[in-house]
Amino acid sequence: MSILVIAEHDNAALKAATLNTVTAAAQLGEDIAILVAGHNCGAVAEAAAQVAGVRKVLVADAPHYAHQLAENTAPLVVGLAGGYTHILAPATAAGKNLLPRVAALLDVAQITDVIQIDGADTFVRPIYAGNVLATVQSKDAVKAMTVRGTAFPAAAASGGSASIEAVAPAADAGVSSFVGQQLTQSDRPELTAARIIVSGGRGMGNGDNFKLLEDVADKLGAAVGASRAAVDAGFVPNDYQVGQTGKVVAPELYVAVGISGAIQHLAGMKDSKVIVAINKDEEAPIFQVADYGLVADLFAAVPELSKELDTLKAAG
Amino acid sequence: MKILVAVKRVVDYNVKVRAKADGTGVETANVKMSMNPFDEIAVEEAVRMQEAGKAQEIVAISLGVAACQDTIRTALAMGADRGILVETDAELQPLAVAKLLKAVVEKENPDLVILGKQAIDDDANQTGQMLAALLGWPQGTFASKVELGDGTVNVTREIDGGLETVALKLPALVTTDLRLNEPRFVKLPNIMKAKKKPLEVLKPADLGVDVAPRLVTLKVQEPPKRQAGIKVGSVAELVDKLRNEAHVI
Repeated sequence: MSILVIAEHDNAALKAATLNTVTAAAQLGEDIAILVAGHNCGAVAEAAAQVAGVRKVLVADAPHYAHQLAENTAPLVVGLAGGYTHILAPATAAGKNLLPRVAALLDVAQITDVIQIDGADTFVRPIYAGNVLATVQSKDAVKAMTVRGTAFPAAAASGGSASIEAVAPAADAGVSSFVGQQLTQSDRPELTAARIIVSGGRGMGNGDNFKLLEDVADKLGAAVGASRAAVDAGFVPNDYQVGQTGKVVAPELYVAVGISGAIQHLAGMKDSKVIVAINKDEEAPIFQVADYGLVADLFAAVPELSKELDTLKAAG
Repeated sequence: MKILVAVKRVVDYNVKVRAKADGTGVETANVKMSMNPFDEIAVEEAVRMQEAGKAQEIVAISLGVAACQDTIRTALAMGADRGILVETDAELQPLAVAKLLKAVVEKENPDLVILGKQAIDDDANQTGQMLAALLGWPQGTFASKVELGDGTVNVTREIDGGLETVALKLPALVTTDLRLNEPRFVKLPNIMKAKKKPLEVLKPADLGVDVAPRLVTLKVQEPPKRQAGIKVGSVAELVDKLRNEAHVI
């Protein structure tokens, strides 16, 4: 068993999802290498070498890896694949963009959103928005899979002492280029790594009203999420979306405000430890999964919640 | 400019699927089937390009059982010009679909292929990327905006931290995300017209593709159900429970 984990990073920092993927890799075997493909990404390689359980860090540093375009990164991974039985990437937008391209070039199947490892070739993954779990066995020589971060704890970011090895970059495919990006600026925790999430749905009415949730979120040290309906309506940016085709989260506490609870939304949050629902419609399906439900007008309840949190803080 | 769109017949998104009692799959008998919602967005985008005078022909392709013809007819009613069905009763996994699509792309020579980013049945999110890899084409996945240029296409992509724009050389492949467009409702006269549009039926063997599955599904089961908890009467009670019972704040 030798496992290659594709690091998720922005050339400056290693993204947390990589740590969850390393934990999944450790369930397969001890021979774990991390590939850092980027440009001027030395700091990421250093960070990857500290991750507990990692033996080797491979660094491919070249200008055409700066934005990790799949057209360029996939051939690099394929060139390295010969030495590995498993190739793992986080089941994030970046991992899902890259790994199928790698798998097709290797002529192997790809297994998406692995939530459980039952053996070297047998994995469990959700289908139909997580309403059903499929146990699949791969017949391919190389198992290429994306790992759902919420299903595996993060590996320790320190304590490791992997060797760092430079690998020769593959050629620039020359068919794609990076134009620009528009990243959501926020001081709040990342949605997929947050301990508490406060999410709003169509019931919020408009984007301005999300300030009510942000206020509560800041008092709880929480991230702010949203249902598809709220994103489609333009209340908040797309990266807020929690659900089947958005982000999958499993925080300690998930507070769903003005969210009815379509199965597509539940698919993204039902593994949260504690779920709170605030909705004025007592028939809303969200109450069927909520540990604590409050049937109330959110425009009264959320400001009140904010005040209660102040009182709590004052009382220490 | 010619556009090829791939459309998949899936269990309708409003249906709550159940695992079969023997764990061999999900119950699909007497269940409403529809076009995969992301593929509707793909068809809509192609039709809008044609309406804007940027595309001359749209070919809709589906793969699977004979009933997939209905899905193709829906695409034709939305505005696609002709259809191709690669008909088989065999289970088709994303790699096999990508290989079949590659064979069709090589026959049809489109400039742009648009697919949904994922099908809501197997939730794989693979076929587009695999097809692009096999063709050696660039890929603009999870698109929320597609702008055709001269020999290029700019694709704005939904990524985890926000949006990213990439420039791709044509021919290129795009997979759609939810915010790309809002698909039109199909009007009755268009459904009638769609019945007269050409629909070619091929077999995987005609395309010389081995579609044997690489993954064996050992078991399909429903996850443990989450139990509904309690209703609280006030915000104060909620805060108290979260603090003193659940210990999460």
